[in-house]
Amino acid sequence: MEQADGRGAMLRFIAHRLLATIPVVGVVALFVFLLLHLSPGDPATVIAGDYASPADVQRIRATLGLDDPLPIQFGNWVGRLLQGDLGISIFSNLPVSRLIGQRLEPTLLLALVTITLSVAVAVPLGVLAAWKSGTWIDRAVMIFAVVGFSVPVFVLGYILIFVFSLEFKWLPVQGYRSPADGLWPFLRHIILPAITLSAIYIALIARITRASVLEVLEEDYVRTARAKGQSEGKVLMFHALRNAAVPIVTVIGIGVALLIGGVVVTESVYNIPGLGRLVVDAILKRDYPIIQGLIMMFSFVYILVNLVVDILYTLLDPRIRY
Amino acid sequence: MVLGGALLVLMAAMAAFAPWLFTTDPIQLNPIERLRPPGAEQWFGTDMFGRDIYSRTVYGSRISLAVGLAAAVLSVAIGLLIGLLSGYVRLLDAILMRVMDGLMAIPGILLAIALISLSGASLGTVIIAITIPEIPRVVRLVRAIVLTIREEPYVEAAIAAGTRLPLILIRHVLPNTIAPLIVQATYVCGSAMLTEAILSFLGAGTPPEIPSWGNIMSEGRTYFQISPWIIFFPGVALALTVLGVNVLGDGLRDTLDPRIARKM
Repeated sequence: MEQADGRGAMLRFIAHRLLATIPVVGVVALFVFLLLHLSPGDPATVIAGDYASPADVQRIRATLGLDDPLPIQFGNWVGRLLQGDLGISIFSNLPVSRLIGQRLEPTLLLALVTITLSVAVAVPLGVLAAWKSGTWIDRAVMIFAVVGFSVPVFVLGYILIFVFSLEFKWLPVQGYRSPADGLWPFLRHIILPAITLSAIYIALIARITRASVLEVLEEDYVRTARAKGQSEGKVLMFHALRNAAVPIVTVIGIGVALLIGGVVVTESVYNIPGLGRLVVDAILKRDYPIIQGLIMMFSFVYILVNLVVDILYTLLDPRIRY
Repeated sequence: MVLGGALLVLMAAMAAFAPWLFTTDPIQLNPIERLRPPGAEQWFGTDMFGRDIYSRTVYGSRISLAVGLAAAVLSVAIGLLIGLLSGYVRLLDAILMRVMDGLMAIPGILLAIALISLSGASLGTVIIAITIPEIPRVVRLVRAIVLTIREEPYVEAAIAAGTRLPLILIRHVLPNTIAPLIVQATYVCGSAMLTEAILSFLGAGTPPEIPSWGNIMSEGRTYFQISPWIIFFPGVALALTVLGVNVLGDGLRDTLDPRIARKM
């Protein structure tokens, strides 16, 4: 009976959270939709381009339904969105969804490698710093963290390229190789971008990990565990880390937003044909369908990740119930 | 914190005294001297148009500091206003928080670039575009403080004594917001400088005629393999400045809020 209750509450909680995200997604959608209409000039003219004749502009107005009142346009747009129709790119005349599909792999893999690398490096570093709190190890990690947070992503990228690709010639300067073409080339090409991108992430996660673990280490149950004779390693791993997990997971979720921003720059520096480059090029060229589709997608991913993080909370810390 | 403050003062001094620091005209083209490596004549070398990188870097500090400061002050001011409103007026709160959440869901850089594409790139629009993504965080901060202070006994007492709302805000709520806001302002400043550099680097920021660190680096991209100094010097300058701001922020936080200082 109790178990069934618990599960019911969990599902209700998840449903509740999902519902709560709808207004947020709505706000994003509204903003993205207004983007086209807020920009200077008539949207149809913008889409038609510089060389269009008045007849072309009129045709575009009709096709896109730009003569309808704004709320109706919004409704139509959302309707299409929900069906997966993200529109057609102005400049390449391809469906936006196809463009996204083409560029998804590099960005996704870069993000995954970066997150894995960041968490794998940052959490141990943070735990180490907390454990050896006050020693030079602690200071070193903290200094490293602050520096990592301050150096601009692309500066770090160029420094890495300079050192590893130009001077030592160990790694390629730029470009991307799909794992489908071979695992080793993929790794060689992705390692520098991943390191560049993860610097900020590592800095952030290491700091929060350290702070969180430090706080936990002062708790009574840690003293009890030590008094019981538990090895320091076990104390750190099982007691400290498990209980410190909540803020760490939070920051990983927040970091995803930073990640998306960083992806844009990193792909620019390393010439990776991913979504980051796609969106920047689109914004610079005012290719609105792409801009709208991608911003919606990125925001959606961010909201989704935070939703997962919230759900993870309840799993990690049974005391947390909404 | 002292270190951070010192670094920052150094950068500020550099910005303010630029014309007297042995610099030459940062925009002057000098094609004969193009792409010279750092040397006796040009301390940081020259770029593809023969412009002195040292001068451009020193002058570039003005832009970055101006943007950072402006964004910090603006975002805190606007965020404070919205946060206060949101904390006190229940009806507005629901709407405002949804809007803030929505804004926060859009990656900052994309939001900034999109905003710039709306109105063309000029220093003013860049500052506004950088400020807007930073506002939600300030709003959340202020709102959280307002919500806690509201329930304090002394506020209830003040209301019971007949104090009008504006006075309550000024006398009780505001002083509690100052410390966290200052700390937040420093982080916004650092973040804004980085964002400006990234925007300029991507071609969506400060107009090319004005030397900003991001611009210089953006122009240096194509020549990176033969003349890496074009990117290095502004990059290091930017990193040092942001470092200074961040360290200053950490130091401020340690001083102003010892509770958190113990942990961080």
